[in-house]
Formats: sequence, C-alpha cells, structure tokens
Amino acid sequence: MQMRYAIRLVIDYDYPGASDHVRNILRLMPGNGPDQQVLTSALTITPPPDERRDGIDFFGNATTAVAWHDPVATCRFDLTAEVERGVPAPLTDTSPSPAALAADLAALADIGPAAPHHFRAPSPRIPPDAAAVDFARAHLRETTLATVVALGEALHAEMRFDAGATDANTAPALAFANRHGVCQDFAQVMIGALRGIGIPAAYISGFLRTDPPPGQPRLQGVDAMHAWVRAWCGAAMGWVEYDPTNAKHPGDDYITVAVGRDYADVAPVLGAIRTAGGQDSRHAVDVVPLDTPAPPPGQQEGAT
Amino acid sequence: MADLPPPTDLTGGYAPLPGAADELFAADGSPRPVWAPLLDWLGARPAEEIAERTARGDQYLRDAGVYFRLYANDPGQEREWPLSHLPVLLSETDWGQLCTGLTQRAELLEAVMADLYGPGRLVRDGHLPADLVARNPHWLRPLVGIPPRSGHFLHHLAFEIGRSPDGSFFVLGDRTQAPSGAGFALENRMATTRMFSDFVPRSHVLRLAGFFRAFRAALEAQAGPGRRAAILSPGPSNDTYYEHTYIARYLGLMLLEGEDLIVRDGQAMVRTVTGLEPVGALWRRIDSEFADPLELNESSQIGTPGMIEALRAGGLGLVNALGSGVLEVRAMMAFLPRISEVLTGAPLSLPNIATWWCGQPAERDFVLENAARLMIGPALDAALPFATGAETALGPAETEALAERLAREGADLVGQEAVTLSTTPALHEGRLVPRPMTLRVFAARTPDGWTFMPGGYARIGKTADTKALAMQAGGSVADVWVVADAPVPDDTLVPPEIVPRATAGALPSRAAENLYWLGRYVERAEGAIRLIRAYHLRLAETADPADPRLQLLEGYLAGLGLGLDQPVPEALPGLIGTARDSAAKVRDRFSPDAWSALNDLFKSAGRLTRKVGPGADAAHAMTVLLRKISGFSGLVHENMYHFMGWRFLSLGRAQERADAMLMLLTTFADPAAAPGALEIAIEVGDSVMTHQRRYHFGPAHSTVLDLLMLDDNNPRAVLSQVVQMRQHVSQLPHDPTEDRGSALDRALLMLDTDLRVAQPETLTTETLIALRGRLYEVSDLLTARYLR
Repeated sequence: MQMRYAIRLVIDYDYPGASDHVRNILRLMPGNGPDQQVLTSALTITPPPDERRDGIDFFGNATTAVAWHDPVATCRFDLTAEVERGVPAPLTDTSPSPAALAADLAALADIGPAAPHHFRAPSPRIPPDAAAVDFARAHLRETTLATVVALGEALHAEMRFDAGATDANTAPALAFANRHGVCQDFAQVMIGALRGIGIPAAYISGFLRTDPPPGQPRLQGVDAMHAWVRAWCGAAMGWVEYDPTNAKHPGDDYITVAVGRDYADVAPVLGAIRTAGGQDSRHAVDVVPLDTPAPPPGQQEGAT
Repeated sequence: MADLPPPTDLTGGYAPLPGAADELFAADGSPRPVWAPLLDWLGARPAEEIAERTARGDQYLRDAGVYFRLYANDPGQEREWPLSHLPVLLSETDWGQLCTGLTQRAELLEAVMADLYGPGRLVRDGHLPADLVARNPHWLRPLVGIPPRSGHFLHHLAFEIGRSPDGSFFVLGDRTQAPSGAGFALENRMATTRMFSDFVPRSHVLRLAGFFRAFRAALEAQAGPGRRAAILSPGPSNDTYYEHTYIARYLGLMLLEGEDLIVRDGQAMVRTVTGLEPVGALWRRIDSEFADPLELNESSQIGTPGMIEALRAGGLGLVNALGSGVLEVRAMMAFLPRISEVLTGAPLSLPNIATWWCGQPAERDFVLENAARLMIGPALDAALPFATGAETALGPAETEALAERLAREGADLVGQEAVTLSTTPALHEGRLVPRPMTLRVFAARTPDGWTFMPGGYARIGKTADTKALAMQAGGSVADVWVVADAPVPDDTLVPPEIVPRATAGALPSRAAENLYWLGRYVERAEGAIRLIRAYHLRLAETADPADPRLQLLEGYLAGLGLGLDQPVPEALPGLIGTARDSAAKVRDRFSPDAWSALNDLFKSAGRLTRKVGPGADAAHAMTVLLRKISGFSGLVHENMYHFMGWRFLSLGRAQERADAMLMLLTTFADPAAAPGALEIAIEVGDSVMTHQRRYHFGPAHSTVLDLLMLDDNNPRAVLSQVVQMRQHVSQLPHDPTEDRGSALDRALLMLDTDLRVAQPETLTTETLIALRGRLYEVSDLLTARYLR
C-alpha cells in the first residue's frame, strides 16, 4: 500500500552583520526513486533571489543554485511537497561475504552516479578512522548484508543519541570516540567503518514521518532533516539502506532527498557569504500522512 | 708581451658515468658537436673571468628578487633561486623529436580528459579501472558534463623529461593542473644571457619570447572580444607567487586572487575601482579543488564562490579546465600507453616511466616480486619520485611487510621503474663535473596546434648518483639552450604589430586597497621614526629623562604603541613589516627596485632595533632609516607610472600624513603643553627650516598652526594633503549621474574650504579633534566607494 505525505520544511537564516553577495546551493527537494514518487513540490525563497537555477548534481540529486546581488539581512527557504512512498520489498540476503565483494567490484566497469566505486575511498568529511574500522572488523559476519546489520545494531547500542553533543561540522572520529551524536554522526561513523572493511557506503539525507502510526514509537530525528546509510551488498543485491540512529531498515516512513559520499555532498544549504558577522539559522520540518490535518511547523534549533 | 692568464681546462678529468647517457659526450666517447662553440669559448677564458661571469648571473637574480619558497606553508622559507650556471645544450634535431612525441602526448591527455569529464568510455570499455578514477581526488564530479567554453580542456602543460642510458627521451611526469616554472625559465634565460652576454648573440640559441607571445595571443582569443584575460593566483603564501607576479608583469595581464572575482548571472567579473568588469579567460595558477568553495573544497579561502556556475553558463574560459589534475597522478601512467593505442591506433612515440598500479591483483604481484628494482610510492600523488617530501622509496628487500601493505592499501600505491637519468656538465669549483638532469618542457595550445617553449628549464642533481630517486637530495636549476644550425633572428615579447594593451582602469579593488594601506603604513613608519629621533636628539642634549619634553614625547610614543622600553622600540620594525606585507600582496605593480628598497628598510630596522644605544647613537640610526624610507618613497613617487594604483598609494600617504599631523598638533600645539613642545611639532613636521625663513623668530602657537595646518605651499601641511586628495579623487572613476560630485568629493571640498578660510588663532585643540573626525569620514567614504 502506498503512503502519501505532505512535507513542509522551513529554514530561516539571519545575518546580523548584513551580508554582501549571498550565494547558496540547496539540496532540499525530494526526487523520484524505486519506492518514492514526487507528486508536487515547490520551493519558495524570500526575498526572491536575483539568480535561481534548478539542476541535477553528479549523484542525481535535485539542486537549486541561488544568489542575491544586494545585501540581505534574512532569508527563508520554504519547501512544500507531496510525496508517495511505497513499502520497500522485503530483503532476501543474497549478498556475498565482505571479502568476496572486491571481485564483484572489479568486474563492474562503471563510474555512473550509482556506481559503488564512488563510495569506497575516504571522502572529504569521512577520513579514515582506525578505531571505527577495528570496531567494524569485530562485527564481520558471513554475508555483507549481515555485516551491515550487525554493525548498524552495534553502533546503535554503543553510541548515545545526544542532540546537543555535536554539530554539523563534528568529525566522525570524534563523535565515535565520544560514543555520542545525532543522525549525521551515526551515519558518517557507520559509513567510515563500512568503507574500512571494503563495503561501499553512501550518505542519505531525507525526512521522517513526524508522528508514528498508532501504537508505534516515535523515531529519533523527526524534528529536522534526517540522515541514514546506503551500503552496497554485491552485484546481485545492490544497494541496501540502513538507519543506524534507529537501528532499522528504512520503511515507508522515510523520504529520500539526496545521496552522496558524506554530508558535504548532500548538505541542505551550502552557502558562501561575505559577512563580518556570524549567522544564525532555524529549521523546522513536518511530514504528515495526507489524510491527517497538518499542524503548523514547530520551530526547532539545529539539526539532528 | 704581457703574460696571458692561462686558459681554463674545463673538461679535463670530465668522465661520463658508467651506465648513464651523457649530454656532453655521445656513447662512443666523442663530444656532441652542439657543445663545442660554448666550451671552446669558455675554455679560452681564465678561471677568474668565469667566476666573475657566474657571479654576474647570481647578482642579476638577486637584484630581480627571484625567489621561491621551499615549503608552501612556511613563508619564512624564501630561498634565492638556485641557478646552476652552465646551461644544458640540446641540438635542434633532438629537440624536434622530443616535441613530436610531446605533441602526441598532449593530444592524448586532452582526449583522456574529455572522456573522464564526458562520456566515460575508457572506464566502460575497461581501459581505465573504475576504482582508480573514483578514488582520484582530482577527478571533480561537479565538473562532469560541463564542456569547456573553448572546446578544449588543456591549454598549458609541462612535462618532466629524462634521457635513458640508450640516449632516448622518456616522460617522468605530466603537469596538467597548473604547471609552474615558465616564468622561472625566463629568469634563467635572463641570467645566462648576463653571464654569456658576448657569446649568446652568435650562439644560435632559440629564443623564448615567441612562446609567450603565442600563449598570450591564445589566452586573449579565449577571453573573447571586450573581455579581459587575467592570471588567477592563490596569493602570496603560494610557493611560486613570485613567478605569478613576474609573468603578470611580463605579459601585461591582471593578477587576480579569488576574492577579486565575483560571479553575476553566469559571468565572472572582477571587482575593480571602476566597478565590476567581465573577465573572459583565466590562466589558473590555483589548484582546481580550491577554485570554488561552493561546489569543491568547502574549506577553501582562496576560491570564488560560483565559479562552476560561470563555467556551466559558458561565461568563462580556463587554462586549464578545472579538474585537469586528474591526469597527472602517477597511476595514470600505467594506463596511458595502452589508451594511446586504443584512442589513436598508435603507440606512444615517447614512452613514459614504466608504472604498475597496485589496485589490480596481477600488477600487485608483479610489484611484490620486483620490489627491489622499483620505486614504490603513492599512486594518487602527482609528485615526481624525487619531489621534496615525496614518500617514495625503492622497494624493501624484506617483502613480508610490503606484501601486507600492498594487500591493505594497494589501490593507493604504484610501483615505478627505478630509472637512470643522463648526466650533464655542471660547473663545480672551476671544473666540469657530470650531474644527473631532467628537463621541464612547457607546451601551449595555439590555434595552429601545440607549441613548445624551446628550453629554459632543467633540474640538476646535487650528487653524481644518476638514479632518479637521488634527486630527492635537492639540487639546482639550469637554463636549457636549444641550439639551431643557423643564426636565430632577434625576438622580443612586443613586436611592432602588437600594441600593448593599456592596463589603466582595470585596478582590482583588493590591489587598490593594499596600495592605499601601503601608502598609509610607510607614512606611519616615517612619522614614528621622526618621533623616535626627536626623543633621542633631546636625550643626547639633556641626558635627563625627567626633562618635560622627553616625558611628553615618551608618553606620546607610548600612545602610538611605540613604548621606549629600549632605545628603538620593537614595534618599529613591526610597523615597517606591515607596510612590507601590504606591498607583498601587490608585487606585480612595483618595480623590483622599490621592493628591494622596502625589504632593505625592513632588515635595517630590525638590525638597528637590536643594537643601538640611547641618545646620539639612536638619533643617528633614525636618520639612516629616514634616508632609506625616502629612497623608497622616491622610487615610488618619482618613478611609478601614474596609473590609478599610484593614486591610491598617494591617497593613503596624504590621508595618513594629515591624520598624523592633526594628532601631533592636538598634543604638541596644545596651549597647556610643556615648553619646547612647539619646536618638537615643527621638527617632526619636517618644517624647521621653513619656519625660520618665514617667521624669523621662535615658534609661537599661531605660526606653528599656520605653517603646519593652513599653508598649502608646505607639503607637510594638512591643507596640502586635502588639496592632493581632492586632485587624486577627481581622477578616480565617477558615476556620470553624480553631476554634483560624490559624497567623497563633497566631504573633501568642505574640508578644503574650511581650512582655507580658517585663521590660525581660531584653531583650538577641539577644532583639530573635530577635523580629525572628518578625515576619518573621508577614509570611510573612500573605502566604501572604491575598495570594497
């Protein structure tokens, strides 16, 4: 059965030092995928930018490049979308052992957007971390998929979810050393660990349904954009998603926005601002099944 | 008959090394004919003359201020250019063969680049491993699918070339990112021309200028009509910044840094004092990864946000396209020979160093088995095996650790054949000795195909060891002469048919700002020196530190951050250093003489600070510094062409001079100041003689204020500064809609008028303070209007 969601995301920026020439790249709009269909989507930007170009990046994510020519003191990115989400097909483990993945990879002569090769080497925000790799080695299982699940569950058990302990620029090695963080840290630690044992792993940003269906627990990460992991489980199985923050395979309550090697590839708002002062941002998300009335978005600080 | 000094036996005892080719002697032991004229000419000269000539070459490089930085991150590591005096000589035949091979290679590199940023067939068809491309940090995904505006990705290349024991050339490395050294090659040539000035005209050596002319023409063609071409530099902290400033001056191109550029509606623009000006093409000396913090390395402080948007919109041509560094990593050389056959149907006519990428099982095993005769190092590094800091070594005899390393990180390693280089004669203690060498050959794309700089640059090893790895020990750089069989016509950069383009009106705001502050800091330093001298002159007179004049001066200096804990405050060289830092950021706009003068001033100040004693000694030292600072100001104000940049420098000087004078007078012309304060004011204001001539009696409050504030014939008076500033500002770009003048014009006009109608008696300390405030406003208006 298909779920239909109304999504509303509002991000506000204040520039106390009145900024000169703001230029941003936004990755906020969900795209179509195997279990995901975008019915409508609109991104409203205020004040209206002098330049706006909608495009697709290397990994296939929707991007919006915007620029203001005159100084702006505040700006708002306001996304509304309706997305249909199917239930992912149940997984049957046909993945090879992690050691046998190399042969599958060597046979794959592809550098297209979905090719696993992009997700093998360390990436700018996920440099090698020996401690995370040692941790991963301790959770090697017979098959790649079983390893992914074992590692994800172990990280979930080992690391404490703490919205105040890290920020968007915390190095995964530090988050892992302190055994705490938010969804971005859980995802990046798991990605680094998987790559360290030869399993290609990607970073996914997206949304979670805000209120769980009756009788189910509320998930961590509903208050802002969420992050989880995609691991390559061999030529036969391909990519499998896993959410280490909630220790589960994403279901029909997950909506994908962007995929990349790490946070830098999918950051919702990348910005270059010439300003003397700092900046301040607020971020609010609501994902509501369409037969339920949508409450106004609550204001939340920071991201998960 | 006078005794002739004995001719020099240069080649006596020169013996090529076994197992290596030699540039001077062919394999059969006969000297190569190309060397004969130079060696005969040198041999006819006494050793003293040769020593004198090489010293002349070194002197040229020192005077020109040629330097390079050993490590990019340490600005203190500036080194003089290590010239090996004897050039490497190549025959035109050898050179022609080399260029034929390199043309083929340049075309191949272009084709590989076009594929990696286009259809990706080489990976799909199995000629390049997907893993190698995907893990190459210089393959920049945001650039995939963006065709270069000119239709070509590569425009300026360099190749590192060695000569095998069998006499044939081979490629050690490709430089495709942002090759450096072309400017140094010119300097090498200038130095050897100084050394062998009477030999060069009949030497048949091919000239270098034609290469630069062709390159500049191609760059300007790429920029398109009405749009400028410019050089984009990472800035003064880069190890080859000197070369960027040198080339910018030589080619008459603007030297830009990332913050000079802004992208508007897909068009790259320079922020100039005239407003935004479109740029059509950039010769990029900044590594691709740092070019756009928005889509590439997000931590880059030296890039231009939106540059990739400009590339997508087709609004900018780059030499070379972003992402071209992908080609120069070592591992690529393992695949280029095969790709050549696939793409062109022909093998490489010029081989590259045999390379095995250890990301593949068979190659990994080969490297393990042959480790002892292979250099093993990082696969994705572009450095040559002998570059400074390269982590490359011959494979270890013990294979167990290596086997484990190869299994663990094979994809990041290559094995490369431990090649032997040829030797070339180098002058060492008056004799010729064989030293290993590599050539760096520069190529430029022109509408008629690839053209090559004929020589100019070789690296010479420090020891006689001809293994390429031995070059890690450092060494020197030599000119390379390509010798033609027939005389070569004269050639310089600007032939009559090309009129040099005027650079007026294209002053980047950042450069203007640095010039403005240079003017201010030099003037500030001069004022500080005068004050310190005034103190020590009086100390020498009275020897009584309790003298009220000394107390007054000491307190005033302390207020300027120049506390007299020692005779010459530590802060003085610091202040001159600040001026020097501003100058360093606009070195392309200075004569080398002015730069040397400023450097000399800085060094002298540091030296004097440490050693002079109080009183007469320090006063004398300050007089020496004043003379040096006047030397710099003279070079700038007498010799600098009156382009817009000079106006900003002069504006800075006038602004600072007016401000310092007002500040001086609020203290020293205050009615409550100690006796003798007025004399100090005239002395520091450099107006003692004038005061004597004009007034015939000792200074009074009104005469001092008349002379130092209101007399527009006194070049030190505040009114003179305002008059000068008005004149300079009137020559700056104006918006035609402001027919009644800008806010800046009006502020200066009001100051001018108020000073002209003022009477010395009415100038109270409060009035002076208020005038200082109005000068601040002028500075703010100037900054907001032209320097942002």
